[in-house]
Amino acid sequence: MSGSSLLQRAAHVIKDQTDPHTITMNIGRLIRVVPRSRNIEATLILFVLGLYAFELAQVQLSTLAKITPELLTFWVPIALLALLFHVVLRIRASESDSLMLPIGLALNTLGISEIYRLDIAQSALGSHDLFGVKQVIWSCVALACAILVIWLVPSHLFLRRYIYISMIVGIALLVSPMLPFIGLKINGAQLWLSIGGLTFQPGELAKIALTIFFAGYLVTHRDSLASVGRKVFGVRLPQARDLGPILVIWLASLLVLVVQRDLGTSLLYFGLFLVMIYVATARSIYVYVGLGVFGAGAFIAGRLLDYVGGRFDAWLNPFSDTHYNATVNSSYQLVQGLFAMAHGGIWGTGLGAGVPQMVPVAESDFIIASLGEELGLIGLFAIFGLYLLLVSRGLRIAFNHSDDFSKLLAIGLSFVLALQTFIVVGGVTRVVPLTGLTTPFLAAGGSSLLANWIIIGLLLRISDSLKAEPQKVQVSA
Amino acid sequence: MNRELKRVTILIFSMFLSLLIAGSLIQFVNSDSLMADGKNPRSLYDSYKTQRGSILANGKLIAWSIKTDDKYQYLREYDNEAYSAVTGFYSLSQGTTGIENSLDSYLTGKNSSQFFEQINALLSGNPMAGASVYLTIDPKVQQAAYEAMGNLTGAVVAIAPSTGKILAMVSTPGFNANLLAVHNPALASNNYQQLLNQPNSPLINRAIGGDLYAPGSVFKIIVASAAFETGKFQPSSMLPNPKKFKLPDTSTFIYNSGEGKCGSSKPKVTIADALRFSCNIPFAELGLQLGQNTIAAQAERFGFGKSFNLPMSSTASEYPKNMDDAQTALSSFGQFDDKASPLQMAMVSAAIANGGVMMQPTLINSILSPNLAVLSTFGSTSLGSAVSSTTATEVKDMMVGAVSRGVSSNGQIKGVRVAGKTGTAQNGPGQPYTLWFTGFAPAENPQVAVAVVVANGGGLGQRGFGNLVAAPIARKVMKAVLGK
Repeated sequence: MSGSSLLQRAAHVIKDQTDPHTITMNIGRLIRVVPRSRNIEATLILFVLGLYAFELAQVQLSTLAKITPELLTFWVPIALLALLFHVVLRIRASESDSLMLPIGLALNTLGISEIYRLDIAQSALGSHDLFGVKQVIWSCVALACAILVIWLVPSHLFLRRYIYISMIVGIALLVSPMLPFIGLKINGAQLWLSIGGLTFQPGELAKIALTIFFAGYLVTHRDSLASVGRKVFGVRLPQARDLGPILVIWLASLLVLVVQRDLGTSLLYFGLFLVMIYVATARSIYVYVGLGVFGAGAFIAGRLLDYVGGRFDAWLNPFSDTHYNATVNSSYQLVQGLFAMAHGGIWGTGLGAGVPQMVPVAESDFIIASLGEELGLIGLFAIFGLYLLLVSRGLRIAFNHSDDFSKLLAIGLSFVLALQTFIVVGGVTRVVPLTGLTTPFLAAGGSSLLANWIIIGLLLRISDSLKAEPQKVQVSA
Repeated sequence: MNRELKRVTILIFSMFLSLLIAGSLIQFVNSDSLMADGKNPRSLYDSYKTQRGSILANGKLIAWSIKTDDKYQYLREYDNEAYSAVTGFYSLSQGTTGIENSLDSYLTGKNSSQFFEQINALLSGNPMAGASVYLTIDPKVQQAAYEAMGNLTGAVVAIAPSTGKILAMVSTPGFNANLLAVHNPALASNNYQQLLNQPNSPLINRAIGGDLYAPGSVFKIIVASAAFETGKFQPSSMLPNPKKFKLPDTSTFIYNSGEGKCGSSKPKVTIADALRFSCNIPFAELGLQLGQNTIAAQAERFGFGKSFNLPMSSTASEYPKNMDDAQTALSSFGQFDDKASPLQMAMVSAAIANGGVMMQPTLINSILSPNLAVLSTFGSTSLGSAVSSTTATEVKDMMVGAVSRGVSSNGQIKGVRVAGKTGTAQNGPGQPYTLWFTGFAPAENPQVAVAVVVANGGGLGQRGFGNLVAAPIARKVMKAVLGK
């Protein structure tokens, strides 16, 4: 199982060199398995890049009334890296999923177009922030990292060796914003690191590390977690020893909630953990107990800590003057986001034709409101559809993989993507209280892009091993 | 594991489903109410994005939009203060009033009648332009009315009796709407405050009743009409003519304006003479004979108690209810709690002029889209008969008498038979009078019905009277219509 299937095959070819007939047969198999899905991917990438050029042109035409060469500085680097990504997949993971890269690319480029559009609007008001350019640079870095994951990680299975390191790294990243000097608080939530003027949201990378840890830990301990232990009130409880790491994670989540003041991040990690333990052990008691414990924690926090309670009230009654005009936990941004979306209606104002810049931090937290305004309900449905398709591809890998670690890793990575999208978009659309997470792929922000592209890289890596599998099974059967 | 995966998949799908529902609720189901929310500035930004339609008075531009370089793209401009009661203002920070407010959907191109243009604009990407509003206002008459009012506080309404078209609507002092249309919100707000702080409230449209006024003797037209409609009275019907009259169940006496008998010293006086000399006592007696319900019913047929949409809506004029006899007597010559707008009194004259038939008053001739397609025309609409044509003729002849041989003489125009009635309403001890004139001309073929109100005694306190101050203004307005 370890090692790339391609390398294995190459070795096989070399070994059987003596028989010219075998060589032909193996090369034939090699050629036959590579291309079709990759060709679909290539077509989709070209389509997405075309769409991206169209979006940029539309932004420029409707805001500047002309097309400038600046368009190329946004388009070319992304196009080059996307094509490089594709080529690397052809060489290193030829059997990987063919839709994930184009979908990620479509969301990422749509985000850049909207951020660029907001930059133009803000520069008219005297701002000199270039979030769009920064986003292009970060996208390139993120794509490069995902390419490196494909290139350097021959198989995701080797990650299993580093599960405790992953846990330590994950928790360290999670709590690092609480450290003095480098921790940074923005809008009341302490989720950022500031080193040498660069800000970074380490929680984004922590979700990958923790997913790897959960997957590895649960594969090893699933049986004991599922069955061994004393019975209390007819419910079989797992041994305290097995529960240890779970309690650590629970405490870490609550710590995030209390100290970093962000319900969303806390919910993200805890939700991820619950889903993975449920899938691993098939015991719904964990979900009930987990939700109960988390709910109780959140409730107590809401009662004891003004900022959590305030967020709740602002969520429930955003239009009341008290919350709208409040200096702390104001619902102003939420309400302005709702106005932006309502302004878009079904068809949207068109890219560059709305006034999304009226919402505070429209380019990051509220990018969905900006897109809702300019692309309309239709556009939002398309964006939700893309997310859902991306997550479904991840779920598909989890369903079809026979290896439990791969299954858990795939479900964890897919679910964390889905949950984060839900918490952020749900926050903007008032399904859940507003939190400090970022919209995957769309929102301005380097750490988020980096983490989510690495997730795509890992899922692609897992999916590559998946397609090789059924063949093997068939041969052995 | 796959059973659990399925459940997780269902969970994920329900999460996205809730997002789809939430998005639909915001952007489709509740989008209109969110857009209408007072906290939402986007509708206003939108309205500045389209070139707002012009407002024209008989071909003369009185409000229009010009292209600017700032973020609001178009600036609203106004011709002059004479039209402020008609156009109202269109302000970024202070909202809108007048035609700017009531026809906003047409002026911004949002009206459903411009649906195909909206689609065209959406598909072509060309900006949508608003429709233009063509008013019934005659600039010549409007300007004459505004100039005739001079520095006085009050209002003038002139109506074409046979159509209900409003030829002039002036409220003084007017205001410069350009001061409120400026894009600098602080400046606009400051200008607004200054207008609010002026003692004679230029922002109030006195013509359609931001304030209502005690009608005084002009109300006698309505009491006379009520009397003739009963069939028991004619202009020649006699009423007792005492020098003073004790209000029933009180010790208060009322007097005619000269504190003498009405007209001659005879013991009886005709209704026609009572109107001609505008005597209070005969009308108090007449009112008591008719009873408050008969008078109220007649006032309502003339439009009291109703608001009219010009399209901006007028304040309903009031005739009091549940009065005792003393109050009924007072109300019969337009005192006590009688309250009328200049529009209402112009409509009374217009109905008399039009053989008793009330026409729906309107400011709008037509609304034309930018490609000059007619989106909406406003024909004449009858509101039914306020009085019979016989009554109308009788009242008309009495009003002609009041101008030619009576106390409303300053309404006279050389070579034209003018029908009219002045009013000098008291507003309590020491308070300046409210001065009125309402009438129409020419009596045989009425082209214009007019009502003039001058508040604060026209600056003369209790020394001013309707014939001195209001009648000359009405005369100038009627002359402007008749081209004299």
